[in-house]
Amino acid sequence: MTALGIAQIVIFFLIVLAITKPVGVFMTRVFEGQRTFLHAILRPLERLIYRLGGIREDEEQSWTRYAASVISISVFSLLATYALQRLQGWLPFNPQHFSTPQAPQNATPMTPDLAFQTAVSFMTNTNWQSYVPETTMSYFVQMAALAVQNFISAAVGIAVAVALIRGFARHSAKAIGNLWVDVTRCTVYIFLPISVLAALFFVWQGSIQNFKPYETVQTLEGSTQVIAQGPLASQLAIKMLGTNGGGFTNANSSHPYENPTPLSNLIQMVLIFCLGAGLTYMFGKMVGDTRQGWALFAAMGVMFLAGAFICYWAEQAGNPTIASLGVERSYTGTQPGGNMEGKEVRFGNPMTALFATVTTDASCGAVIGMHDSFTPIGGLIPLFNIQTDEVIFGGVGAGLYSMLIYAVIAVFIGGLMVGRTPEYVGKKIEQKEVKMAIIAVLATAFCILVFTGISSVIPFAKDSYWNGPGPATANTNNAGPHGFAEILYAYTSGAGNNGSAFAGINANTPWYALTMGIDMLIARFFFIIPALAIAGSLAAKKLVPVTSGTLPTNNSLFVILLIGTVVIVGALTYFPALSLGPIVEHFQMLNGKVF
Amino acid sequence: MIKELGTGLRLTIIMTVLTGLIYPGAMTALCQLIFPSQANGSMITANGKVVGSAIIAQSFTRPEYFHPRPSAAGNGYDAGASSGSNLGPTSQKLIDRVKGSVADFHKENPGFTGNLPADSVTTSSSGLDPHISPASAEAQLARVAQARGVGPEQIRSLMAAHSQDPDLGFLGEPRVNVLTLNIALDERFPKK
Repeated sequence: MTALGIAQIVIFFLIVLAITKPVGVFMTRVFEGQRTFLHAILRPLERLIYRLGGIREDEEQSWTRYAASVISISVFSLLATYALQRLQGWLPFNPQHFSTPQAPQNATPMTPDLAFQTAVSFMTNTNWQSYVPETTMSYFVQMAALAVQNFISAAVGIAVAVALIRGFARHSAKAIGNLWVDVTRCTVYIFLPISVLAALFFVWQGSIQNFKPYETVQTLEGSTQVIAQGPLASQLAIKMLGTNGGGFTNANSSHPYENPTPLSNLIQMVLIFCLGAGLTYMFGKMVGDTRQGWALFAAMGVMFLAGAFICYWAEQAGNPTIASLGVERSYTGTQPGGNMEGKEVRFGNPMTALFATVTTDASCGAVIGMHDSFTPIGGLIPLFNIQTDEVIFGGVGAGLYSMLIYAVIAVFIGGLMVGRTPEYVGKKIEQKEVKMAIIAVLATAFCILVFTGISSVIPFAKDSYWNGPGPATANTNNAGPHGFAEILYAYTSGAGNNGSAFAGINANTPWYALTMGIDMLIARFFFIIPALAIAGSLAAKKLVPVTSGTLPTNNSLFVILLIGTVVIVGALTYFPALSLGPIVEHFQMLNGKVF
Repeated sequence: MIKELGTGLRLTIIMTVLTGLIYPGAMTALCQLIFPSQANGSMITANGKVVGSAIIAQSFTRPEYFHPRPSAAGNGYDAGASSGSNLGPTSQKLIDRVKGSVADFHKENPGFTGNLPADSVTTSSSGLDPHISPASAEAQLARVAQARGVGPEQIRSLMAAHSQDPDLGFLGEPRVNVLTLNIALDERFPKK
C-alpha cells in the first residue's frame, strides 16, 4: 500500500464525515416540512405534484396504509417498466432500432423474462442487469423507464427510513407520516437539485448527454469503430445519488463516458454515501440526541475503513500466478502493479478497491472495475458487505433502516446479557420488534443461501425452456470455486438489492430471471414491511425515562456491540458459503492452481 | 387500499413525465449549450476527419503507434458493447491469455527487459480504457521511435504532453492518452 493510496481512502472518508451534518440538517428540514433555501424555487413544483396526484399534504398514514402505499407505487412501477421495455420498438428515441426488424445484429432480444427481471431489478433499487445496455435498451427506455425507477425506488427507500425514524421519535402516536408526501419531497428538494448539478459536473469532466445515434468512425489505422451515445449523464447522476447502480453502459462506471476522470469518480463515491451518511445525523436529530446518530455513524465508519483497507491490500498484492509470467506486481510510481485485470489505468488499484467497498457498503452496485476479476479476498469484501445487509451508510434509506434493525437485535442481545428489558432511544424493544427484525434478517439469508444452493445443483433437460441444457452452473464464466462464487454473488447481489455482479455469469435465462426476480422481491419487501411494522409499533409506545439501568446506546461500548452483532450474524450465516467460494480460492491462487 | 392504488398510479405517471422526460430533456439542452464537445462524446479529428473519441480506446497494431491495453469489449475495442473479461484470478483462460500477451509484447518490443507493467497485458474493466501507464508507454518507446525514424527523446517530450498526473495530486493514477498521443505523432513525425 502506498501513501497516495491510503490518502485517497482517508480523504474520501473525511469528506463524508464533513458533509454528514449539513446533509442531515437539510434532510431533516425537508422531511419535517420546514422551509429550506430551495423552497422559493421548488415549492410550486411540490404543490403541483400534490394537485395532480390528488395527494393531501397534511394527511398522515398509519403504518399499514404507509406500507400499502409503498406496495401500490411499486406495483405500478413494475408494470410501467415492464411495459415500456416490451413496447420499445414502437416508442420514440430509439435510434438503434432495438426490438424492430432493423435492429443491429448484435442486439439482445427483449424477451418477457429479461423485461421482467429488469423491471423487478430497477423497481427494487437493485439494478442487476443481465443485458448489455448499449445493445438492448433504447434511449426512451433508459430515461422514461429505468431512470424513473432510479428516482422512485430510491425515494421509497428514504421514505421508509424516515418513517422508521419517526417511529422512534414519536410517542403515543398512530401515524408515521405520509408516503406520497415523503416521496415527493425527496424527489423535489433532494434528488432533482443534486442530480442537475452532478450531471453538469460529469459532462464537464467528459460524460455524454445527447440523443444522437451511435457514432461510426474510421479509426487512425482505418478500421471502423461504432461508439455508443445517449442521454447518459442525467441517468448517471441519479444512479449514484439514489444508490441504484444500474449502468447506462455495460461497463457501468468504468466506461470512460460514465466516469471520465478520477475526480468524477470521487464525486460519484461521495454521491453514493452522502444521503446514507446524512440520514444517521437526521436520526439523531429527530430522536433528540445527535450522539445516537453519531454512534451509528461510528459503527459504519469503522466497518467501512476495515473493508476498504482489506480490499485495497488484496488488490495491490495482486495475483502471484500472473506475476510469475514476468508481470510487475508492485506499485512503482509509473505503473500501478497489483491486479490490473478488469481495472482502468486512470483509477488504479486503491481507487478501484475503495469504490468496490463503497458501492457494496451502500446498496449501489455501480462498479469501476470488474469484481469478477478481483483477487479472492478483494472479491470477498463486496460479497460480505452485501450479505450483512449493506448497513455501512447503505443504500439511501435502506442502509439506515437495516442498521436500525441490527440495532434492535443488538440491544436485544445486550438486554439478554444484563438481564433487563431492552430499550433503544427511549423505546422498549419487545417481542414484536425483535420478531420483525429477525424476519427481515432471515429473509435475506434465506434468499441468498437457498437459491444459491439450488442453482449449484439443478440440471436442465435438453430442450428446457428455463435454461440451457445441463447444470445451471454451466452459465458461469469461470470454473472451480470462482464459478460457485459467481452464483453466490448473483443471489447475494439480488437479495441485497445491490446490483453489482461477478459479471461473468449469464443470468439472462428464464431460470435465473425468475429466481433472481423472486430473490429481489422477497428481500426488498420482507425488509421494508417489517421495518414499517416496527415503526408503527414504536410510534404507538410511550417514552421510557432513562434510568441508571438503561444500556446507553450513544457510546463506544454500544458501537462495539453493534459492529459485533453485524459481523457475527453475517459470519455465522455465510461463513460456510464463503469458504466454498473466495476463501478456498484464495489458498488455491497462492498455490498457483488454475481451473 | 383503493385510494392508495389511485394515488400510486397517478404518482407513477407524474414521476415518469418529470424525472423520465423533463429532467433528461432539460439536461440535454443545458449540456449541449454549455459543454457541447463533451456532451457529444469528445470526438476528435485528424486531417479534418473524425477518427474517434479522445476518451475511448481504439485498436492499434502497427509498430509506429503506441498500443492501448488489450480489450475484452466485443471482438476488441467495441465501443458499442463495453465489457471486461470477467475472468477470475484462478482462470486457466486468463493465465493463457496473459501468457500470450506477454510473448507478443516481447516480440514487438525486443529491446525491453524486466517485468512488464501490470496494465500492459491485462484487459481493462470497460475494454475501452483510453490510457496506458507511463511505464507502459516507455516500454513501447523504442519501437515507435525506430518505426518513425526519430530519436526516442523527441517522442518522449510528446509523450509527456499527453500524460496526466493524478487528479488534484492524489486521485487516481498517472496516465498517458494513447489516441491523442498517436494523432500528435502523426502530425509531428509522419511516417515516411
